Amino acid sequence: MIKVVFFAALREQLNCSELSLNSDKLTTVAELKAELASKDEHWQQVFANNALLSAVNHDMVHNEQAIKPGDEVAFFPPVTGG
Amino acid sequence: MTKNSDTEISIQAADFNLADEVALLEQYNAIDGAVVTFTGRVRNQNEGKKVTSLTLEHYPGMTEKSLAKIINTAKERWRIGRVKVIHRVGELFIGEQIVFVGVTSKHRQDAFAANEFIMDYLKVQAPFWKKESTEQGNHWLDAKTSDENKAAKW
Repeated sequence: MIKVVFFAALREQLNCSELSLNSDKLTTVAELKAELASKDEHWQQVFANNALLSAVNHDMVHNEQAIKPGDEVAFFPPVTGG
Repeated sequence: MTKNSDTEISIQAADFNLADEVALLEQYNAIDGAVVTFTGRVRNQNEGKKVTSLTLEHYPGMTEKSLAKIINTAKERWRIGRVKVIHRVGELFIGEQIVFVGVTSKHRQDAFAANEFIMDYLKVQAPFWKKESTEQGNHWLDAKTSDENKAAKW
């Protein structure tokens, strides 16, 4: 399983802060994103946003980053702290 | 709170006291002649709108890791002594303190540069998000290209 977490505007748009996915066939962040987008039209629309950032196990990563069972993958909008 | 010898990172809802933070940076620290601090506060307006409050969300775990990385990079780049970063989360009102970055060094140039570097990278890499409450309602703030450009200059 892969734990997926969402933050800020993305969390609100999806009305979901966290979910678990069976990860056997998912080998990269891009594949995971495509899997999430395939859920329904709304999720597809939300994940079409190219500005979304991703992190694996608390490190910012690119779409091509490999993922494996047990990983925590996060998706969120560009950050606005400080 | 993450703490190792001379670096401290704190993500907290509570306010902080600038004088106390400076005192901690200076305590038992006779080798550093420079202490540079930055404090960020909630402004009363943003992009022409009257702001009533900000609500800060973050990604626990990643926030600390990301700040630690930024501080480590600063330590590789400049000769600095102690570093303290505080970032508040939750709802904050006009004039309240949001963020603190304190850096010490033997001479001022290193502390000035490292402080600005840490702040610039915090803005574009640390997973915090601001939701702004105005008289017209609430909305999540968009990231600014100017912040990306500023960090890219280092």
